[in-house]
Amino acid sequence: MSMTITEKILAHHSNLEHVSPGDLIQVSVDMALANDITAPLAIKVFNEVGNPAVFDREKIALIPDHFVPNKDIDSAEQAKVMREFAMLHHIQHHYEMGQGGIEHVILPEKGLVMPGDLVMGADSHTCTYGALGAFSSGVGSTDLGVIMATGKTWLKVPPTIKIIYEGKLPPWVRGKDLILFTLGRIGVDGANYCALEFSGDTVRRLSMAQRFTMTNMAVEAGAKNGIIEPDEITLAFVAQRSHRSPLVCTSDPGADYEKVIQIQVNELEPQVAFPHSPANVRPLSKAGAIGLDQVFIGSCTNGRLEDLHDAAAVLKGRTVAKGVRLMVLPGSQRVYKEAIEQGIIQILLDAGAVIGPPSCGPCLGGHLGILAEGERALSTSNRNFIGRMGHPKSEVYLASPVIAAASAILGSIGGPEEL
Amino acid sequence: MRLQGKVWKFGDNVDTDIIIPARFLNVSDVKELAKNCFADVRAGFIDMIAPGDIIVAGRNFGSGSSREHAPLALKGAGISVVIAESFARIFYRNAFNIGLPIVESVEAARSIEEGHKISIDLSTGDIENMDTGNRFLAKPLPDFMRQIVEAGGLVKYIKKQ
Repeated sequence: MSMTITEKILAHHSNLEHVSPGDLIQVSVDMALANDITAPLAIKVFNEVGNPAVFDREKIALIPDHFVPNKDIDSAEQAKVMREFAMLHHIQHHYEMGQGGIEHVILPEKGLVMPGDLVMGADSHTCTYGALGAFSSGVGSTDLGVIMATGKTWLKVPPTIKIIYEGKLPPWVRGKDLILFTLGRIGVDGANYCALEFSGDTVRRLSMAQRFTMTNMAVEAGAKNGIIEPDEITLAFVAQRSHRSPLVCTSDPGADYEKVIQIQVNELEPQVAFPHSPANVRPLSKAGAIGLDQVFIGSCTNGRLEDLHDAAAVLKGRTVAKGVRLMVLPGSQRVYKEAIEQGIIQILLDAGAVIGPPSCGPCLGGHLGILAEGERALSTSNRNFIGRMGHPKSEVYLASPVIAAASAILGSIGGPEEL
Repeated sequence: MRLQGKVWKFGDNVDTDIIIPARFLNVSDVKELAKNCFADVRAGFIDMIAPGDIIVAGRNFGSGSSREHAPLALKGAGISVVIAESFARIFYRNAFNIGLPIVESVEAARSIEEGHKISIDLSTGDIENMDTGNRFLAKPLPDFMRQIVEAGGLVKYIKKQ
């Protein structure tokens, strides 16, 4: 019987020939992930379960990225809990700052996720790895604590919504614009409990960085996972990073979809999500005059080298508008280093950007770049909920690094064509 | 298991940043988390409510981040059950895992108003609005999920088995 890529990966990990939407299955996990916010609770659960050892010390990743460098004593204690657990259980993939960065940037970068893998992470943006043709989904700390002990979890097989993007993207339009446009179309619960499969000739031409941006935000529509069938671009990416052989799954032609949506992109404009929802999206030409206090480029959505390259291409030889603060946080130590080697950091510094440590930073309003009452920010991250980046009466707009860089120069939301 | 309490009403898409903003996630202690429940939209929520009170909300309650701190903060504040038109999937799993019962009922969520006193039987799904006399039938929780809630969460349930 025909299956989607999501169903094939789930069948493989539950030792079943075939699965269908609605089936409750028990799956084996190839990689279990937690960060400095979610790991301490998961560790507490692991200890309560009482297993003497983790299921596999090579299949757990513990990444401090949300509140590092530690913002206060409490967050330092949380990172310490994770560090001591990692040492006690000889967790192989525990990367302190200086070796790591943002979890969803570094796991692919270090070749820790392969096509066909099943990844469960105590972070909602775990769905990012679907860009590699893997099944990956976010869970809470209790689920993750049990997974660290047993290597298994239960899942309900999700129905799949397929989105087909057709046509050639106009200049300066990116994967971020595709996913924002899609969220505007289907809404914040438009794919609740579903798999979101991104396909079509437009997606086939996208770089890995832009594919990660798209699957990263699948959860913003409530999806269990976002996924893209692996192709030569995917295989070239993982071949440079891992010796493991990929399990290449693709959707059968007769596979069942809950819904198929076609989107023609030839005329697509850059998109901007207005407060306070990632689905409150308007095309750039309808954004109006929105003055800005801060611009943030980075995060697990858009903190990769290509994103910084895009920002530098716009900012080169120009300067940030007076009254605007531009913060750039490279997504990982490696992204930072390569951006220095390629002259990108120099361009950003010359333009007046402040460069911060590879971490989640201002995205979740925890520390670094908090907004005051009434301030407005444009961010390349994934959420613009009330109070997400600071004061409950501050505002966050979401867009691509291209639009972020142009807006920083203009002092208000706009595109490179206005420069 | 029949729960009874006063209703606090919320709208659609109550996300986990609203339930507990990320700046308060530098601790894991439930009592500390509970103090900051709804800090940005209803500051001092924990002092307004009585233990056993009930949240009634619209669509997609608990959307956004996977933070288990969100259902923990609600439970720690004294909320006994959340009734909503629908829930986001990670929140749904987390709530049961930590022993906070949640129930889907479009009719109840739309009809019940803030301040009403209601009661709900988790094993039958019967919801009664004690102020208006209206009754609603939600889908009852399957036995094993009710047992998870009664045990106080997934870990305690597993250990009991």
